[in-house]
Amino acid sequence: MGLLDQRFENGNVFITKLDDLLNWARLSSLYQMQFGLACCAIEMMAASASNFDIMRFGIIPRATPRQVDVMFVAGTVTIKMASRIKRLYDQMPEPRYIISMGSCSNCGGPYWEHGYHVLKGVDRVIPVDVYIPGCPPRPEALLEGIMKLQEKVRKESMVKKRA
Amino acid sequence: MTTQEIFNVLKNKFGDALIEEKISAASGFAIVGNAMQEWISIAPDKMKDICFFLRDDSEMQFDYLSCLSGVDYNNGTLGIVYHLTSMVHKHKIVLKTFCKKENPHVQSVSDVWGTANWHEREVFDLFGIIIDGHPDLRRILLPDDWEGNPLRKDYKVQEFYHGMKVPY
Amino acid sequence: MLQPPTLPTNYTVKPGHIKTSTGKTIRTEEMIINMGPQHPSTHGVLRLEIVVDGEIIVDCIPHIGYLHRCFEKHCEQMTNYQQVIPYADRMDYCSAMTNEWAFALAAERLLKIEVPERVEYIRVIMAELQRIASHLIAVGTYGIDSGAFTPFLYTFIDREKILDLFEITCGARLLYNYIWIGGLSHDLPPNFIGQAKEFIKYFRPRIKMLNDLLTYNEIFVKRTANVGVLPKDVAINYAVSGPQLRGSGVNWDLRRDDPYSIYHKLDWQPQIGKGEVGTVGDCWDRHIVRMREMEQSLHIIDQALDELPAGNVKAAIPKRIRPEKNAEIYVRTEASRGELGYYIISDGTSSPFRVKARGPAFVNLSVLPEIARGGLIADLVLTAGSIDIVLGEVDR
Repeated sequence: MGLLDQRFENGNVFITKLDDLLNWARLSSLYQMQFGLACCAIEMMAASASNFDIMRFGIIPRATPRQVDVMFVAGTVTIKMASRIKRLYDQMPEPRYIISMGSCSNCGGPYWEHGYHVLKGVDRVIPVDVYIPGCPPRPEALLEGIMKLQEKVRKESMVKKRA
Repeated sequence: MTTQEIFNVLKNKFGDALIEEKISAASGFAIVGNAMQEWISIAPDKMKDICFFLRDDSEMQFDYLSCLSGVDYNNGTLGIVYHLTSMVHKHKIVLKTFCKKENPHVQSVSDVWGTANWHEREVFDLFGIIIDGHPDLRRILLPDDWEGNPLRKDYKVQEFYHGMKVPY
Repeated sequence: MLQPPTLPTNYTVKPGHIKTSTGKTIRTEEMIINMGPQHPSTHGVLRLEIVVDGEIIVDCIPHIGYLHRCFEKHCEQMTNYQQVIPYADRMDYCSAMTNEWAFALAAERLLKIEVPERVEYIRVIMAELQRIASHLIAVGTYGIDSGAFTPFLYTFIDREKILDLFEITCGARLLYNYIWIGGLSHDLPPNFIGQAKEFIKYFRPRIKMLNDLLTYNEIFVKRTANVGVLPKDVAINYAVSGPQLRGSGVNWDLRRDDPYSIYHKLDWQPQIGKGEVGTVGDCWDRHIVRMREMEQSLHIIDQALDELPAGNVKAAIPKRIRPEKNAEIYVRTEASRGELGYYIISDGTSSPFRVKARGPAFVNLSVLPEIARGGLIADLVLTAGSIDIVLGEVDR
């Protein structure tokens, strides 16, 4: 049991904020949508293989957008694909997060100047939480992006009333 | 067989459907000396018969269409370039057709080689050349309601598409 | 609110009738199912519109263009031929070295440059390593398609070792910008040959292990034998190339039949499908051709490492790239997926006038409606996977 054992010596009762408990549960099991568009998808696949192992963060790929927490937009978003991405984003249940992986989905990437069919950044159609730069970003960079998202989730509040 | 021999055979059989072997497409693009490949120029509405002959004749047997590309020559002429290979005799040939930008029509060869189907749809999509006789002529790479033909030299990118800003 | 446009479909469903065993007549109708751009098995953003009668596929219409990144327009706008190489990388992103090599070869023939022999040998080594890496992705994801998750993990471990070799040479894991027109961007580091020889020794038994794990597995054989059969004449008419063509029994490999570089000096054989567990040209044949090609690539790399000459890899890189006016050329090479060709027209300036990239995946995919007809929906997943498409190359 390790860490938990060292912290709680006298019995198994601990007092914390509900927010902290819920956030810890949520960030340790972010379900991901299998959605690779282009070259960054290969690095995402390499990150889920044994060398870099994304599953130890609790991230399991699910095929349908109805069961996921986070969607990695990995690769170039074209104008033909943009309306489908918006539709997938609408189908995700809240609380939902978007990680934009790679230069193409951050800002259009190497195709920013003359690409007539490339959407210059996926944040033109959906709101993005974490941007990971790189072309393609290394799997370690993807893991750091996930850890940044976990930091963001840790600071959220589920029980506070929203406006 | 070399290009010259194939040209002689075609000229005997089809006569006026061919234009001369090395053609200057119009004033701005004149042929100078040694282009690195030789080609045979064919009128745009006679493609199918000549291609059937090239595929079925026992001395030619051009059964493999490697590549079909559209070109915009920047002087009012569009063209299509065909690269053919024979797996049996191991020789290659290049065919070209030209058409004017105002009324671009080229006959389809998708009955001759099945691979021409998608290639011609791509040429229609990106250049706007209308392929007569194609079984299913519609855009393949761009959305169906896209305006314009991007690979033409005078193409201007549209500002908005369904509410999304297209340029940077 | 963004709405996808209503897409026209050219297919009208046909109603029909069947009689049950009790004598009643039930009205049937064909159904159009959409295997949309986001799907775990389509290997990228491919949309398949499938018309089914029950479970049997009547027609399958692929819709592409969801990754059209305007490669050909970029080539015309670049100020220099060398600037096209990173864009060529990103077309077939699973196999970037072969893309760069094909474009560099086309530009070198246009400029009539001869590269040093060391450059040729290194290019062959890199291309064959890249071929193995690309086939490993194909085999791993094909296993996932048929339901086996474990081979994916094993192939990606092996692939990481190849990517380590690329990383010590040029610094990048996936998209390299390494093969330049006239030479290479970096020479091999001193520990490359030792590490590559170690990799060859490590990988040979792994191919046998992969064969035992996946290829000769009874479930895999039952799912892929006699499925998606591509006859020889249909394959040639549709200009299919690469492992898909060789899986149908056609003995055609551009490294031998349209020779380039130093392949004629090395000892290797193209691998042909023979229909060992089913019909010639089925999915299993294409799979075993890829597995055997990996062994042949190891053999090629071994010989090239032994014969590697000394030299300067940057000696022939031109200072100014300015081909003559109206020169044009079409050069084709054997990439991991088939015949990758570049047709370049030059207008005398330092940027190309027109570049057309003939992607093998684009042409190989066009034959999918022919081979999927008559099969079941579950077979369609395996058939589409066995073509081994990469959408970056289909859409360019």
